[in-house]
Amino acid sequence: MTDAPHKMTARDVSVFYGEKQAVKNVSIDIDMDRVTAFIGPSGCGKSTFLRTLNRMNDTIGNARVEGQITLDGEDIYSSGMDVVQLRARVGMVFQKPNPFPKSIFENVAYGPRIHGLANSKADLEEIVARSLRRAGLWEEVKDRLNDSGTALSGGQQQRLCIARAIAVDPEVILMDEPASALDPIATAKIEELIHELRGRYAIVIVTHNMQQAARVSQRTAFFHLGNLVEYGDTDNIFTAPREERTKDYITGRYG
Amino acid sequence: MNAFALMFLVAGLGLIGWLTARSRAARFDRGGAKRLHSLPAQHGFFVAMWVVLPALLFVAAWGAISPALVKQTVLEHPAASQLPQFDFERDALLAEASRVAEQPGVAAFDPVAQQLVAPTRAAKVRYDWIGTAGAILLAFAGGAYAFTRIRASFPARSSVERGMMLMLLVASLIAILTTVGIFLSLLWESVRFFGQVSITDFLFGTHWSPQVIDPARPGRSLGAVPLFWGTFFIGAVIAMIVAIPFGLMSAIYLTQYAAPQVRRWMKPILEILAGVPTVVYGYFAALTVAPAVRDLAVAFGYPYASSESALAAGLVMGVMIIPFVSSMADDSIAAVPTAMRDGSLAMGATKSETISRVLIPAALPGVVAGILLAVSRAIGETMIVVMAASGAANITLNPFESATTVTKQIVDLLTGESEFDSPKTLAAFALGLTLFVITLLLNIVALRVVKRYREAYE
Repeated sequence: MTDAPHKMTARDVSVFYGEKQAVKNVSIDIDMDRVTAFIGPSGCGKSTFLRTLNRMNDTIGNARVEGQITLDGEDIYSSGMDVVQLRARVGMVFQKPNPFPKSIFENVAYGPRIHGLANSKADLEEIVARSLRRAGLWEEVKDRLNDSGTALSGGQQQRLCIARAIAVDPEVILMDEPASALDPIATAKIEELIHELRGRYAIVIVTHNMQQAARVSQRTAFFHLGNLVEYGDTDNIFTAPREERTKDYITGRYG
Repeated sequence: MNAFALMFLVAGLGLIGWLTARSRAARFDRGGAKRLHSLPAQHGFFVAMWVVLPALLFVAAWGAISPALVKQTVLEHPAASQLPQFDFERDALLAEASRVAEQPGVAAFDPVAQQLVAPTRAAKVRYDWIGTAGAILLAFAGGAYAFTRIRASFPARSSVERGMMLMLLVASLIAILTTVGIFLSLLWESVRFFGQVSITDFLFGTHWSPQVIDPARPGRSLGAVPLFWGTFFIGAVIAMIVAIPFGLMSAIYLTQYAAPQVRRWMKPILEILAGVPTVVYGYFAALTVAPAVRDLAVAFGYPYASSESALAAGLVMGVMIIPFVSSMADDSIAAVPTAMRDGSLAMGATKSETISRVLIPAALPGVVAGILLAVSRAIGETMIVVMAASGAANITLNPFESATTVTKQIVDLLTGESEFDSPKTLAAFALGLTLFVITLLLNIVALRVVKRYREAYE
């Protein structure tokens, strides 16, 4: 635990899909400079909770969120919060790579363009190059920036999506099982990238893969049936879980 | 025997074949086997198939060749020597004799035809009996053959499946063969037309006035360029200026903004628009839109504006096409993966930025295909232009002036009294053929685009 104020906090957050409650009274703090992993069996609410952090649940017709979530102390569900601004500060990378059917350059330039971050063409090129470098993709694509983003391999597409998220200079990056659709080598690259990005952003990653959580994260939250069962330092969760259910899950008894 | 009665008879024989074969199969000695290869009913179908199919094929074939045989026999009759030599008149008399032969108690108008009534009737009766006897014989022969083959070990199921497959194949071929037939008949008449009129005169001539044709060089007043220009101007320019923006915008609203309950009643209403008979649109164009457009033109300073303007027909046609554009656009926008939309929204893009920068570009091939299909429908559309457009073949860019279309001219050429082999009448077929080829190409391009686009997301 640090003494600095938390980047994001959630207090008693519940999410309902119509009548069904998918997340139950979850309270959690997310800090800068570290990776927070959400683990748990399928349908435990971890992805749903992740999507409340940049209000992506708004796009689902019958979803309803209760409780309070703050970013730098500001309630993100308050009427004063502009969802466009929020999502610029809290970026997201999805489970399946979803590059736009545009060129590699245009994929990365998309965010800076819509947020007016570049004043000139040179500026924009600089942002694109920097983002691709940080995402570890620059060397592979620098000679073919005009090729379609969808023509890249799955792993490259996912790093392109990370570059795209980085390009708007967010403070928090949410990753929803970013490597679950990738092969082991591409997965290793993504994990390496997460390590490198850690110092710059608060990163939250949802994962099915417990080894991955152990490898990339400093804090781990275990979700089960919509409840946050246990939240703590990754080392403690994996070596000395306090809860019986966490232990059962980590040792492979269910899930 | 009358063809319908014959079919019933054959069907009845088939039913008998089915019943007997099934009851026989039910009594097969199973020889200890727990389960036979085929069910009794499948043996029944096998036999019924063999009873019905050869007989029906024979009836169809006989129906095609027996008129020629009847004609041949009648021509050999002594009275036929009085028939005129000219094909056209001879066929007319033979047809008259044939009609009278089927209606006892009616006399033919022409004496030669009257003489031929009796031999025609005799020939008809004879060939009819041959046909009937042949069909029944074949039904029995087929049934007998099939009946000798069924036994406990006979794989009737496989044969029945194959028979079903063949029947379905024939059913699907019929539409294709009809299209080929239409194309060939158009081609045939067009070849006759181009025997009289030079193809370059027709395709590149800019003067169209079929009422006044110079026999020395008919092509001079049969230049189709004004018609194709008018068709393009009304169907592909004016109509699309209406249909593309409204169709696209309604698709965007329905897929992205409309609440589910709004979508639930709005989408069917839009689709109903596609089911309105085009003649109704024609009334609307001629009685409501055309006068309004003329008044508008007068207000704009065209005192002699036509009430049969290109604009009136094009506007209404555009409205008619809206559902096509919107439903194709709707489908292709809905087919863009949600992940793409979420990806854009998660970057902090607004809804309209997401639509214009991600959804529309991703859906573009489907939208373009929809537009191409809509164009091909618009330029083939007839009723609206027949009722609202003029017959004056102008090459104009002024929407208040009158313009005519290919379909409108085809209707004009084929109605009224004129010889069937004059260049004027035959021009209708050449126009039809050209239009057919154009819309066919448009459809092929559109389907290709759609196909490539589907592959991109699967």
